[in-house]
Amino acid sequence: MTLTSVLIVASALVGIGLYGALSQQSFVMLMMGLELMLNGVLLAVIGFWSFGLGGAPEGQLFAIIVMAVMAVEMAIGFALVVAVYRKKQADMTEALETLKN
Amino acid sequence: MAVTAADVLFWLLALCAGVSGWRVFATDSMVRASFLLLLSFLSVAGIMLLLAAPYIGIATVFMMAVEMMVMALFMVMFMMNPAGLNPMMMVHQHKLAIGAGVLAFLGLTAAILLTDLPSDPVPADRAVVHDLGIELLGDSMLVFETAGVTLLATMIGAVVLSSRRGRYGDADTGSRPPGLEPGGDPAGREPEEGGGGHHHHHH
Repeated sequence: MTLTSVLIVASALVGIGLYGALSQQSFVMLMMGLELMLNGVLLAVIGFWSFGLGGAPEGQLFAIIVMAVMAVEMAIGFALVVAVYRKKQADMTEALETLKN
Repeated sequence: MAVTAADVLFWLLALCAGVSGWRVFATDSMVRASFLLLLSFLSVAGIMLLLAAPYIGIATVFMMAVEMMVMALFMVMFMMNPAGLNPMMMVHQHKLAIGAGVLAFLGLTAAILLTDLPSDPVPADRAVVHDLGIELLGDSMLVFETAGVTLLATMIGAVVLSSRRGRYGDADTGSRPPGLEPGGDPAGREPEEGGGGHHHHHH
């Protein structure tokens, strides 16, 4: 278990998440892809903190910020899904051609 | 180089995180997909525990367990096929997406392998959770408080975005154009289907 191996695992998660975010048609699945990418980012941050900072607490603080970003993304994302569904009965990306209304 | 138990555990968890992350997008059931994503998060949390970050690891477990429950609920609410009784493959630009994912992985891996990475591991006797607490309520308090205010703004934003009615009428009143004559239909282009604001909710 080295920094290199941790970062490679993290980049695999980012790659899978990017695939999901680009390929999925359903909004909720798309958000799962985004979450998976942030999961990889979180792992990379903790990897750098664990192997490269000598335990400086700022690295952990950064990880907490990443987790806050995850929570914000989920909450606002779901609120947008609800708003779009209420307006257009749409739960797929193809159903939206305009951001207006 | 000797292989330790921590190494074996790390690679098992890494495999679990990667495979379950991939299966999220390959399973037919959306509920199953959200639990697979939870499994991926839990594996990463296990890796973080191995990496001497107990607080972050446990916090991830709690946060993701709740978050994926919410996600599973949304799946059941919104999706036509939550139980996975029919085969399902809802993708667009599939080849491009696979290419982008593989390219991101290979590019990042190349960058990792070509970089001279720092080496300054956490000392085994360092009280990392104590350090984090002092940091959160000491030097970095402003950052921490800002995150809290951001989460509050998120809560308000989520309620505003998803509420049907605001304090002064329908939530979308402000985003609809006014009528051409008083009390008339809204001006401008009608959405093709399902639009028209409040007319829709009554049937």
